[in-house]
Order: sequence, then structure tokens, then C-alpha cells
Amino acid sequence: MPDRTIVCRCEDLTLEEIRDLIKKGYQSIEEIKRVSRCGMGPCQGRGCRQIVAQEIAGATGKNMEEIKMPKFRPPVKPIKLSILLGGEDKNA
Amino acid sequence: MLKTDIAIIGAGPAGLNAAISAAAMGAKVLLLDRDDRAGGQLIKQTHKFFGSRELHASLRGIDIASLLLARVREFDNIDFRLGATVLGYYEDGVITAEYRGNFLKIKADRYVIATGASEKILPFPNNDLPGVYGAGAVQTLTNVYGVLPGKRVIMVGSGNIGLIVSYQLLQAGVQVAGIVEAAPGIGGYLVHAAKIRRAGVPIYTSHTIKEAYGDSSVQGAVIWQLDEKWQPLNGTEKDIEADVICIAVGLTPLTELLWQAGCQMKYVPQLGGHVNLRDENLMTSVPGIYVAGDVSGVEEASAAMLEGKLAGLAAAKSLGYSIENYDELWQQAISQLDGLRSGPAGEKIRSGLKMLVR
Repeated sequence: MPDRTIVCRCEDLTLEEIRDLIKKGYQSIEEIKRVSRCGMGPCQGRGCRQIVAQEIAGATGKNMEEIKMPKFRPPVKPIKLSILLGGEDKNA
Repeated sequence: MLKTDIAIIGAGPAGLNAAISAAAMGAKVLLLDRDDRAGGQLIKQTHKFFGSRELHASLRGIDIASLLLARVREFDNIDFRLGATVLGYYEDGVITAEYRGNFLKIKADRYVIATGASEKILPFPNNDLPGVYGAGAVQTLTNVYGVLPGKRVIMVGSGNIGLIVSYQLLQAGVQVAGIVEAAPGIGGYLVHAAKIRRAGVPIYTSHTIKEAYGDSSVQGAVIWQLDEKWQPLNGTEKDIEADVICIAVGLTPLTELLWQAGCQMKYVPQLGGHVNLRDENLMTSVPGIYVAGDVSGVEEASAAMLEGKLAGLAAAKSLGYSIENYDELWQQAISQLDGLRSGPAGEKIRSGLKMLVR
């Protein structure tokens, strides 16, 4: 198997793939997320977000402070649909 | 809808202390943690803390967790729920949680977010080989479950976590092939580094991992030297055999709930990433939302405990609860925090915190 540097473990995306996307002009975390699913797996970007931000900063000459974070939506972790379908637990 | 005065999210060193402080003032507290054990990272910390007696010096992390838990259990006004993962913060000030297979809605008058931090991962070729671990996972395996991660470990990162985990692995009979550190100096305290060096473990400063290798799991790694601009130098490669690569390159705050609540955030590398602005009571830019511990900047557990005390005190006071010696308790926590952050070791934290004062 060829050597692979994994950036997003959940969605199996490599450093090479992220760098290619940045080269193609996807230069925000939000865009990279939408086009590749980077950060959309079970961990919701906890591992990859900062690495992607650093890659964008490196490629565009921006500071890390200038790299916009993506939208953080609930739920922060995967849950079973049955939990939502069950509705609110009124006896809790 | 579950209603309470103060909901505290996370029952690690910060959250447990926040609960105790707020409950001692009479506030009704709901303490939530996703784990099924209280204490957060304390439960895997089998080493003794140092510092002053008030900060539990000479006790092991796991024993501090038991002590704090016992204190929490003394209060009838703390509703403590383990196995409760908070899922989101909504604009009407309601949070939702998964609690033992059920969906909870919670409305508190104050929130203390004490969700801690997660480990940073490191991109290098073959970093997905079995045998590449985060230091937290190694600590969980070894110290909580008594399972060794392998026979011979390369530790990446010489901060306190990298140093302490290396020492604990040595104690558990695992060989530590070396510690690799990208910075020109050792990151953690000298007392920890000295123990490692006395045991004959090399610490490769200004080095990083070039690649891991192995057929179906880690068999070793190639490391190489970095120049003063952090660029790798060809020809400096060293091959180190190992079946475990342990990544201890720092933590980053778990701030999702703060972002969802609309707290003003700022990127502060000294504190591990994006963190919230706060006032002297650890209240964020959103009134009623407080923070404590690593979520608002990665530090030591001792600092998290003190921040928890402060946030718990301040949140309860803002609801009209009082305690006779409030000012004394508040001032004491502030001075102890200043003490922890004093000196050269605290410089990084101090410079980071300066950027966040509201």
C-alpha cells in the first residue's frame, strides 16, 4: 500500500487530497468540508480542523487568526436517530 | 424540560470544583458528564501532583477525583448525571443531551462549560497504521485498564504529558526507544525530563517524525532533524524500531458549545487553539455562560480546579446566592492561579490569557 498521510481519520482524507483542494481554490475550511466531507465524520473535525487551517494558512500566506472556523452545529457527536424519534424524556 | 440554576457540562477537575463551589452557596446544580466515571482526565493520572497542599499536592490524580466526587455526593442540591453527553446549545438558552439512550432538554439560568480538550493529531506518512496512538489513549489503556500498548514506544512530544506517559510506560515494563521533540528545548518540567534521562531514554530535540513504517502495524519510524526554521534536514534521518508511536503534541480546547452559544472566540496558540474571551469571573461574552478548565485554554489540572472554583462561585453569586467568606474564597482562588502561572513556566499561559481579557 502506498504511504498515506491521514488528515481526516473519519472520512479517510489525506494531506495530499487537502493540498490539492486548496490548490484548486477551495481556501476555507467550510468549502473544503462541503466538497470533501472533511470534518463531517463521527469526531466532527476535532482531529483535522486545525491541520486543515494550518494548510490553508501556509498556502495562502495568512495567519491562523485569519482562517475562519466552520459552522459548529448540534449535535456535537453522532447519536442514534431513535433517540431523536423518542422525543424528549419527560420523566428525566 | 429539566430546569436548574446552574448546569455544569463536564465533571473533570474544573466541573467537579465548580459544582462544589456553587452548591456550597446554595445553588441548585445539574452536573453532566458523558463518561461513566467522574474525574475527567484525573482518573488516568496515577502520578502524584506537586505544588501546595490546598491544590492536593502529593495526591495522585485518580485519588483527587475520588476526593472531589465524595464531596459532590455530600450535596443534596447537586444532581449529578454520568453518561450524559451534551449535544448542543440553542439560541433560547436551552441545551440538549443524550442521557442513557434518552433525549433531554435542559434550561439552566447559568452554564459552566467545562468540557476540557482533545488531543491534536500529527500528519506524517502512515499515521494510520495500527500502533499509532494518542498519549491519552495510551494512558487510558495502561493506567485505567492495565493493558500495555506494545513492547517498545517512540514518544512524539516532550511536554509534561509526553514525559509523564514515557515514565509510566517504563514503570510498566515497556521500553521507550526515545522521545522526539520538534522544538529546540524540552517542553515539560525538568523534574520529569530528568527522570527519563536517568533511565537512559534519549530525547531528540529539534527532531520530528518523517514517516512511520510497517506491513500491517507499526514496526518503526524514521525521524529527522529540523533547522531553526523548522524545516527538515536531508541526511539527518535516524531509523528507530518500535511497535508503538505515541503522539503527545498537545491538546486543543473542546469549544463546540461555546461557538454554538455565540461566544466571542480568538485564536491563541499558547492556549491550544480557539478560546473564548472572558472576564475576571470567567464569564464569556454571552451573559450567564462561564468557562473553567482546558476548554478555555489548555493548562494543568491544578489550574482547572481553581478555575472551576471561581466559575462556580461567580455563577452562584450572580443568581443571588451568597456565602459568608465569598470575597476571601474568590481572592484565594485568584492568588493561587496567579501563583501557578508565575515564573518562566507560566509565561506562555500568561501571554495567551492577556489576549482574552474582556
